[in-house]
Amino acid sequence: MTAEDDRAPIRPTLVRGASIVADTDGQLHRVTRPVVALCACGRSRIAPWCDSTHKLLHRRAGADDA
Amino acid sequence: MPVDGPLTALVVHVLAGDETTRRDALDALPALLPDHHERRLAAARDPHAVLDDADLQRALWLAYEPHYSDLPGVDAAVEWHPALLAVRARLEARLEDAVRAVAAPLLVEHALPADRGASADERARQVVERLRAMTAAEGPSPLARFLGSRATREQYLDHLAQRAAYHLRESDPQSFALPRIEGPAQTAFAALQHDEYGSGDPGRRHSLLFTEALRAAGLSTDRFDHVATTEPAVLASVATMSLLALHRRLRGAAVGHLAAFEATSALPCRLIALGAHRLDLPPAVAAYFEEHVEADSVHEEIALEQLAGALVRHRPELADDVLLGAAACQAVDGHAADVLLQRWRDPSVGRGAGGAA
Repeated sequence: MTAEDDRAPIRPTLVRGASIVADTDGQLHRVTRPVVALCACGRSRIAPWCDSTHKLLHRRAGADDA
Repeated sequence: MPVDGPLTALVVHVLAGDETTRRDALDALPALLPDHHERRLAAARDPHAVLDDADLQRALWLAYEPHYSDLPGVDAAVEWHPALLAVRARLEARLEDAVRAVAAPLLVEHALPADRGASADERARQVVERLRAMTAAEGPSPLARFLGSRATREQYLDHLAQRAAYHLRESDPQSFALPRIEGPAQTAFAALQHDEYGSGDPGRRHSLLFTEALRAAGLSTDRFDHVATTEPAVLASVATMSLLALHRRLRGAAVGHLAAFEATSALPCRLIALGAHRLDLPPAVAAYFEEHVEADSVHEEIALEQLAGALVRHRPELADDVLLGAAACQAVDGHAADVLLQRWRDPSVGRGAGGAA
């Protein structure tokens, strides 16, 4: 985790007003909050929800990610 | 009531006394807490001495308390008594000087560009960028790592007791700032507080989850029981929230403080929850911290962009105050964490031994 200046963490996607979220395996999760943060870095231990693990990861800005 | 020294005694006299003792307290105030410029400069030169001052911090806690709850033997009407407000103002001035002084190095490190001609959108973007930099994870927090992997059961429970002064009333100080926030940021602020208060389910209020954790761990759920043994630096962290939220002129700092608080919560809470599992504590303890892993990962994104960013877009002149509040949160809470780690590393600092001094 060096050269933070040209790297940025992959932040979660905020979703408002959902009642059910399907994860990548198609399993359904009930939503109990008005706004939820969906994991976008793929490393959350409580997926599909974000657990802030992305803050420990860094990616090169403008690299091969979209 | 815990009386640590002349300042605590003064506040107790104001809270529990009659009109004569209140007048006497007002007369004693200038000698006890001189408002001279030099004395305030001294507080700014050694801000940690102010944060660690058991007498001053417990006095301030007592002075704020009528805004939050009933104190035994105290008339609720004292909340707006001029004597209490006068004493509180002097105590707050000391705290504010100290908070500004400890925040200063972080503010220099994350200073905004001098370009005063920047558009409101540009200013908001700059502030959010600096908030992200200020709260970026530089590795696990030493306090959370200690609780996660090394703390004894006794130390872990002491940590819960030390947190009680705030978490039994979690999010209540910030609520005082809600009507003071203008524009679209107010909607984000309300959304955050709504989640803190259970998202419509009274059983999910964070303060209640903490109460249940204390009860399950066999600890008192009465804040008053804990305040006498809470480290002054921890009380200073709670007082900073009241200070920023209760003064409209500091509302930008209240928002910055909340943003930094939310942005530095989820990762430490995960480690602290692991500590509860490691020590086989009752499930309510880990559940409290696990709720914060999920909730505060949401709150961080809302607080930075939709709250702090939106406030600066609406009121660009508050940009510096927002950063001040974030730096204050990092510096004051960082000091409290250092004090707690020291408390547990030093075997002479026993459980329930009270604060420093």
